[in-house]
Amino acid sequence: MASSRPSPAAALPEAFRQYATDGFFDEMMAPDGTVRPHYRHFLKHFGAVSPADFEAKRRAVDLAFLRQGVTFNVYGDSQGAERIFPFDLVPRIIPANEWEKLEAGLVQRITALNLFLHDIYHEQHILNDGTIPPHYVMSAKHFRREFVNVKVPGDIYIHICGTDIIRDDKGNYLVLEDNARCPSGVSYVLENRRALKRTFPEIFEAGGVRPVENYAAELLKVLNFSAPAGVAEPTVVLLTPGAYNSAYFEHTYLARQMGIEIVEGRDLLVRDQHVYMRTTKGLQPVHVIYRRIDDDFLDPTVFRKDSALGVPGLVNAYRAGNVSLANSIGTGVADDKVMYYFVPRIIKYYLDQEPLLPNVETYLASEEKDLQFMVENLDKLVVKAANEAGGYGMLMGPHATQAERDDFRKRILADPRNYIGQPMISLSRHPTHCDGEGFGGRHIDLRPFILYGEKTTIIPGGLTRVALRKGSLVVNSSQGGGSKETWVLYGNH
Amino acid sequence: MLSRVANSLYWMSRYIERAENIARLVDVNLQLLLDFRSLDDHALDAHWIPIVQSSGDEELFRKLHPRATGLTVTEFLVFAADNPNSIVSSIGQARENARMVRDQVTAELWEELNRLYLFLNSPRARALWRENPSDFFLTIRNGSLLLQGLTDATVVRNEGWFFIQCGRYLERADKTSRILDVRHASLPARGAPTGTPSQADALGWAAVLRSCSAWDAYKALHGAEVQPAMVAEFLLLSDEFPRSVRFCVRHLNDALRCISGVAAGRFSNDAEKLAGRLLAEFQFSTADDIFDIGLHTYIDVAQAKLNAIGDALFQAYIFQPFQTPEEHELRQQEEQQQQSPSSVPSPRA
Repeated sequence: MASSRPSPAAALPEAFRQYATDGFFDEMMAPDGTVRPHYRHFLKHFGAVSPADFEAKRRAVDLAFLRQGVTFNVYGDSQGAERIFPFDLVPRIIPANEWEKLEAGLVQRITALNLFLHDIYHEQHILNDGTIPPHYVMSAKHFRREFVNVKVPGDIYIHICGTDIIRDDKGNYLVLEDNARCPSGVSYVLENRRALKRTFPEIFEAGGVRPVENYAAELLKVLNFSAPAGVAEPTVVLLTPGAYNSAYFEHTYLARQMGIEIVEGRDLLVRDQHVYMRTTKGLQPVHVIYRRIDDDFLDPTVFRKDSALGVPGLVNAYRAGNVSLANSIGTGVADDKVMYYFVPRIIKYYLDQEPLLPNVETYLASEEKDLQFMVENLDKLVVKAANEAGGYGMLMGPHATQAERDDFRKRILADPRNYIGQPMISLSRHPTHCDGEGFGGRHIDLRPFILYGEKTTIIPGGLTRVALRKGSLVVNSSQGGGSKETWVLYGNH
Repeated sequence: MLSRVANSLYWMSRYIERAENIARLVDVNLQLLLDFRSLDDHALDAHWIPIVQSSGDEELFRKLHPRATGLTVTEFLVFAADNPNSIVSSIGQARENARMVRDQVTAELWEELNRLYLFLNSPRARALWRENPSDFFLTIRNGSLLLQGLTDATVVRNEGWFFIQCGRYLERADKTSRILDVRHASLPARGAPTGTPSQADALGWAAVLRSCSAWDAYKALHGAEVQPAMVAEFLLLSDEFPRSVRFCVRHLNDALRCISGVAAGRFSNDAEKLAGRLLAEFQFSTADDIFDIGLHTYIDVAQAKLNAIGDALFQAYIFQPFQTPEEHELRQQEEQQQQSPSSVPSPRA
């Protein structure tokens, strides 16, 4: 009998025999149908879980999240409904060698962005010598003119960054956007890990998964480090918009993990350019504010006058150097999708290095020839408004109707500065439990969390978001997305 | 502790206590009806209306329901979302307050409160209530007792704890007095009741005791004979029974002093002053004193005093008047204006 290699599918656990990659880059399965090395240990154990057992575990996790209130609020839902962020039990696994590259690229990126922000709020070298046309920065919605020449502690603008990363059809890691304002989602990273450990303790044993649990401790270090000069034991607080914010669970979660007070705008007040909180024992000074409120709402005397969430006088206290904010004011300019286009240049300019993590190819509607290309190829492009997040203000050209494309064409021509175009990236897929079809491939992205203080720390892992609807490329929680655990391994398999 | 946090803990605790008391009150009175045969509409109304009155929401009830029956009253006191004091609303409020201070309540406490909330808002709750009302109310009572036990067993004894205690005992004192007041119509306006109560009356007073979980404690002290005067004395003046008004005021007073650190017999704010006074009143009163004034009047006055303590607590710790920066700046500018030459008053000729 001729010896023949067993077909790759035979090595797969029963539940994955029908699994197909459909020509996409699949995180677990190579094109030839073999399992990538870093998924083998996991699959060996995971394959031993019976479908009935898996179903029971899945229900138990959902119920636990609901009972713990690990939920997000849906805007515009008058019922005030809280939903759990759907959690898929199949973890996404990243081997050590890939993570090292990601880490180096992210450190490079946040370092350059902080240098860039310091520059544009001070000497503006990068604008003056024409590396970036000045009008792009000056017209950025979140550029804070009021903060030119204001010294911020340690010259750090972005303390916490949640960069969105995707993989294309070749498996290349690409940066999709930098979230340099108030990135959210880290609580899900921590809660998902806890949930999965409870659910599959046997897979974690000897699985070689790096821990993520020290995030809160690292964050507190960064916040303490950014305290105003001369304050030995700073009082750190987390400023939340309140219980109705979609990320409120995360705010309370982080505050409790760090052992700091969570405050709302009405708990704080400013006297003589110092910030205090109202307590049952009178007023107590506050030195560092981890704010989860956008610039616009921070201080009604400076920014939006109708803000009921902010603290009148806070900006003055910040300018006077009596209180620190994380992130600093004015970081939103780095989130502008037009500025994203320039990040490779920014890296080259300040660090004299090539970007380790490339951008997605991008067209600027405000450049004549790009505009031409964009309006003629709307059916092939993803168009994004420069200052929207969460999947809003976006056109998925190939999936849109003619009417939607016509509408966007008008919008782009009316306000080219506010739009960019990108080719439709065929995001990598990952085995995901899908009702009615067992395990199927679904598109994913990755949001690691980067902390920039005395040193730069990235917890190994991050939030892997998954588009649960078949074929969908939109992973946002507000639009039918779910999350996965992200495992970074100590080794490569 | 942040004033807002103290406020939320206080209200969380009050609302949990409120839900539990309503559950007990409705449950006992539904059961009581089983002892009476064929009540006409009028008799039913006479039975249920005082119970609605005890919740303080008679006006709203009348607007929503033409007649008071077991069904309408239960609906109103248990499920009605438009009654701010129904069980569903109370647990919703308790949870909302806990949510505002998620980082300050223990995970165990939050999860249990969340579970109770999810249960009450699920179809299972109504189904259970229809099938077996007694089990339904038991579930709520047990939920509340579990929450109190979890609070006792898991919450650090810091300032927040004492605000929780204040909320709990203030609410409980108020509710016990209201439940006792349900039967005031069967008593003379002034003076102690005389003679042996009728059988129906005795059952009614026993229901009052059961509504306060006081039946066993009362029997141990006075035997099975239910005397209205002794019931009133027990629920108002007992120093040992944990739901009597006196007991609650004593603990309220202690908790207030723990917040400020002021010794017994002294006070540093109005809340402490009023609580100390009210406690002394209960400590140095007899049943005769109460009936001389009339039970209903006495309870009315006591409730007003409890409310005043709640208001004073709010003034002392939660609501701190302060100057907004604008006002501050405004005044500064005004002061500067007076120093400018044009506004200096000219010396009198």
